Amino acid sequence: MSTLLVAGGLLAAGIDPSFWVVLFSAFAVPVGYVVGSTVVTESDGRAGVLGPFVLVGGALAGAALERQLAIEGLESYLTPTLLLNSWDGLTASNAGVYPQIVGSVVVVGFMAVLAFPVGIGAAIYLEEYAPNSGWGGRLATLLEVNISNLAGVPSVVYGLLGLALFRNALGFGTGIVVSAAGTLGLLILPIVVVSAQEAVRSVPDSLRQASYGMGASRWQTLRNVVLPESVPGVLTGTILALARAIGETAPLVIIAVATTTYTPPSGLFSSATALPLQIFAASANAKPEFRHGVVPAAAVVLLVLMLLMNTTAIVVRNRYEREY
Amino acid sequence: MPDTTMDEEDSAPTIETTVTASDQSAERPSTSSTGRTVIEARDLSVYYGQERALDEVSIPILDKQVTAMIGPSGCGKSTFLRSINRMNDLIDAAHIDGELYFEGENVYDDDIDPVALRRRIGMVFQHPNPFPKSIYDNVAYGLRVQDRTDNMDQRVETALKRAALWDEVKDQLDKSALDLSGGQQQRLCIARAIAVDPDVVLMDEPASALDPIATSKIEDLIEELAEEFTVVIVTHNMQQAARISDKTAVFLTGGELVEYGDTDQIFENPEHQRVEDYITGKFG
Repeated sequence: MSTLLVAGGLLAAGIDPSFWVVLFSAFAVPVGYVVGSTVVTESDGRAGVLGPFVLVGGALAGAALERQLAIEGLESYLTPTLLLNSWDGLTASNAGVYPQIVGSVVVVGFMAVLAFPVGIGAAIYLEEYAPNSGWGGRLATLLEVNISNLAGVPSVVYGLLGLALFRNALGFGTGIVVSAAGTLGLLILPIVVVSAQEAVRSVPDSLRQASYGMGASRWQTLRNVVLPESVPGVLTGTILALARAIGETAPLVIIAVATTTYTPPSGLFSSATALPLQIFAASANAKPEFRHGVVPAAAVVLLVLMLLMNTTAIVVRNRYEREY
Repeated sequence: MPDTTMDEEDSAPTIETTVTASDQSAERPSTSSTGRTVIEARDLSVYYGQERALDEVSIPILDKQVTAMIGPSGCGKSTFLRSINRMNDLIDAAHIDGELYFEGENVYDDDIDPVALRRRIGMVFQHPNPFPKSIYDNVAYGLRVQDRTDNMDQRVETALKRAALWDEVKDQLDKSALDLSGGQQQRLCIARAIAVDPDVVLMDEPASALDPIATSKIEDLIEELAEEFTVVIVTHNMQQAARISDKTAVFLTGGELVEYGDTDQIFENPEHQRVEDYITGKFG
């Protein structure tokens, strides 16, 4: 939705300036007022959703201002062409990042499928099932310390791990979706585990006791009391993890994901590239209009993509938080 | 929040309630040991790590009576309560010596499932701890986890009526339990505990976090509950123990059960000097 709005706003580059003034005052101002006052009066949990609106509104206002003041600026590369075309390494105005957008979404989506169940499961095990004392307890503590450390390991190292594991040990092809998703999955796994552990731990013990006292089993307590209470916290962790993963470049370079592809991935075992890699590659292009035009435009697309994913997660989280 | 919180004072005037409570305790016959023993501890000791929290306690708990556990903080009375339905199992460091019989079976035998045990021995905690769910779902929780979902509406209504909460909440069963006042929340927790028809209800200082009016309602309720359930209550409040209980057990420091007997006798003519000192407020 927001992407469409951005595209629409940018389409209007060729339209008469006065049209913009009319549109801005007749449409954007009241919408802005409604959005603004909603956030002020019912701010609980909704402020986070404001990000895309601010971005889109800012883009529209900026475009309007530029036209109105007749600034002879740089040519904008943030056009529908950028969103819809395939990459063109020779003509900047014809270059698009559609395969890269799809590649990023597919890789990060598959990564989420791989990493979130494992990470959340591990967190639940460590918090609810792992022993607290004796040798088992020591082992669990050792594991927890290790996981915290892994959360801070540089992403290049995860790239090497992914290369060794997926390409050399498992024999997957070079630069395919599965390898990329797996590598990013390993990268975010500790983040997911640590934040989900925090969320599970924050459920008051009195609720667990109440549930056990009613003759609920451990699993029933987990499913009916602990999990519903910790969903918002778990989702916050996954938002952070998603945001981290979609911007990662270094590990993908290490596992030899192609920096430039011309078609979106056709399956989990086809090669794909991600948006940050394409930005990285284009920043070394000889033509200045790539370096000063396409690269920042693609960076904005990447940011919008990230905000969209985060918005979805925030909306889901808020829905859970407001239930009772 | 404030507009959804119901006003408890509306439903019952203070003075009346208090008078009723004291009247009942005055009329209550000092039941002798005619009742059947439901729970019996024999030399029960509980340790937390190296520390002994309960020291070879032996005590019978009789059917359909209110047994009060009193004593200063850290004397092991809550530990005893929690060892009846094996809630101490949830603490890794706790271990138990001795035996505790419930309906003739040692609950610490290997073949006893603590989950099944807790379905017959309900528990109410010191601080009201309703689930962040609707009032209805709170009361229905035990029925649902025990797969007894037939006639659920009826069972929920009965439980809320027995807990003297039905009239206050019958029009808002789908509202969050967290919007109730503290006293109502605690009565909801009692309704939740009795909805599954347990044999015994354990109460761990159920009124200590409540104001006097809410406390007197809970006390009235406990006396009524004793007609159908065996109630074991831990309390810091000696007047409360004197008002509502049939039997009293006095624990003193070190997890030692010093005296157990009819409540009237404990409060009027205790055998031990230390118990008298404690009850008259010389220490503790």
